[in-house]
Amino acid sequence: MTEAGNLSKDLVKANLADASEGMSYLETLPQRIVTTWIPLALILIVLLFPFYWMVLTAIKPDEQLIDMNTYNPFWVVGPTFKHIYKLLFETRYPLWLWNTMYVSVLATLVSLIASVMAAYAIVRLRFRGAQLTGGLIFLAYLVPPSILFIPLATIVQKYGLFDSPMALVLVYPTILIPFSTWLLMGYFKTIPYELEECALIDGATRLQILTRIILPLAVPGLISAGIFSLTLCWNEFIYALTFITSVQNKTVPVAIVNEFVDGDIYRWGSLMAGALVGSLPLVILYSFFVEYYVSAMTGAVKE
Amino acid sequence: MTDAAIATTATGRSTWERLRSHRDWMGFWFMLPAAGILILFLAYPLGLGVWLSFTDAKIGRSGSFIGLENYDWLSDDKIFWGSVFFTLFYTIFASIVKFALGLYLALLLNKNLPMKALLRSIVLIPYIVPTVLSAIAFWWIYDSSFSIISWSLIKLGLIDNYINFLGDPWNARWCLVVANIWRGVPFVAITLLAGLQTVSPSLYEAATIDGASRWQNFRFVTYPLLTPIIAVVMTFSVLFTFTDFQLIWAMTRGGPVNATHLMATLSYQRAILGGNLGEGAAIATAMIPFLLAAIMFSWFGLQKRKWQQGGDND
Repeated sequence: MTEAGNLSKDLVKANLADASEGMSYLETLPQRIVTTWIPLALILIVLLFPFYWMVLTAIKPDEQLIDMNTYNPFWVVGPTFKHIYKLLFETRYPLWLWNTMYVSVLATLVSLIASVMAAYAIVRLRFRGAQLTGGLIFLAYLVPPSILFIPLATIVQKYGLFDSPMALVLVYPTILIPFSTWLLMGYFKTIPYELEECALIDGATRLQILTRIILPLAVPGLISAGIFSLTLCWNEFIYALTFITSVQNKTVPVAIVNEFVDGDIYRWGSLMAGALVGSLPLVILYSFFVEYYVSAMTGAVKE
Repeated sequence: MTDAAIATTATGRSTWERLRSHRDWMGFWFMLPAAGILILFLAYPLGLGVWLSFTDAKIGRSGSFIGLENYDWLSDDKIFWGSVFFTLFYTIFASIVKFALGLYLALLLNKNLPMKALLRSIVLIPYIVPTVLSAIAFWWIYDSSFSIISWSLIKLGLIDNYINFLGDPWNARWCLVVANIWRGVPFVAITLLAGLQTVSPSLYEAATIDGASRWQNFRFVTYPLLTPIIAVVMTFSVLFTFTDFQLIWAMTRGGPVNATHLMATLSYQRAILGGNLGEGAAIATAMIPFLLAAIMFSWFGLQKRKWQQGGDND
């Protein structure tokens, strides 16, 4: 028995030792290059090309944009920050950026608070109908904004919120809450009951348990839900397009589509600069929190 | 905590105590913020949308009930049927290619690669950047007189004239499908990769020792273990493609000659730009049966997952 135990332990060790290699020794190097690296490189080039093109256009002087025969279009000679400068100092772009940030942060906070409470109630309070509520919230995740924006426009109008960023702050949580709740439910399930029982015996209320015990343990889940929500808000288009009409209240995606597009053939420089500056905050945020993004994306699907 | 309770009368205490500590009531209080927002801004508008589709509401005027007139009108509308056609075309082609490429990319990324984490984060970038902004980059790439694709093909001697990417109905349709695939592949790839990583390598080793070929490894080990997650991922992918709005609106706004209207963009045009809320709502409501079909698909996908893992689904 012990012998067998040792043997299996050795096997596990051996297994772990070559886990990094796996079965890759079955492939020769040329094989690997053809079946793995070339396709991967092609896919990556296609996936990244639009961004390369965006950056390149944003810093190209106008004459190089139009004249593709004297200058190689895939490169830039004497890059200029003219487009970005113009964007930041001669248009209302900073205001639009501020609107986007303000709406995204507020909507994310609202939905985080609501989802933490909802997820805790569904997973831990297990009130009558908790299962059903969880199911309904999952269904809410599947209701797309494209079929809601018309009735919502009339509702927003009725409450006098039309053309106000507050309308977006109130409406965006409908996209975020189902997703965050579902994600947080998964996190809360992994926290042992015993911790809560101890706290209950020590006389803690449910709210105290939630804020002092559950939340500190669920920080990774909160970060995942938070930054993913922020991205979704930043990305949101149809509600912002429908509810906001005045130029100074627009968010970046809507403003770029509506305010920058004129007949000018030189518009591309500033358009691409606008797209670039609008994406950068998210890309920077993303680069710091890649793991959280991935767990947010896959967590919601896996549950 | 008890001081306040003792001070009140016996009946007052019991009601108050019940309201704050009974499991069901506490559940109610905790659910209140989320449920309030979802009922007010999701469930209610969903119902209101269906109701609006039976009225002749215009912007600034609440309509009266007109029965099925909107639907009747739409059933003779060529533009509406064109949008239904393009929505299905767009969803079917984009989803199939997204699935194939996404799965392929996931399998590639699941191999032993140096800098795996870095590669994975690069792949996800198209999904992180706001869709409208990348759509504008595509718009520039598809420009009729300065398109880099046309320019490269001309230099390579493959074509003679600049391609009219977004000006010709069929070209525009394919261009939009390509842009959608570009944006959707990372999501499919990364979520499927997460599924692939849960498959134990020893299964492949065992299969290989038993003489399974590479294809058999995929077909009889990877694929069966991955079906539940494929079902869920593809449901989401189909759902988001079907209800897409941003890409189309940023690039073609439904043109040329209404060739690239999705149901969502057409309903926006009719309801918000044209002011016919009722008609727009009818188009939006017509999307619901398709969405229900996708949800049913997801439901059965999830069911299968429980069964496959022997009921242990946590």
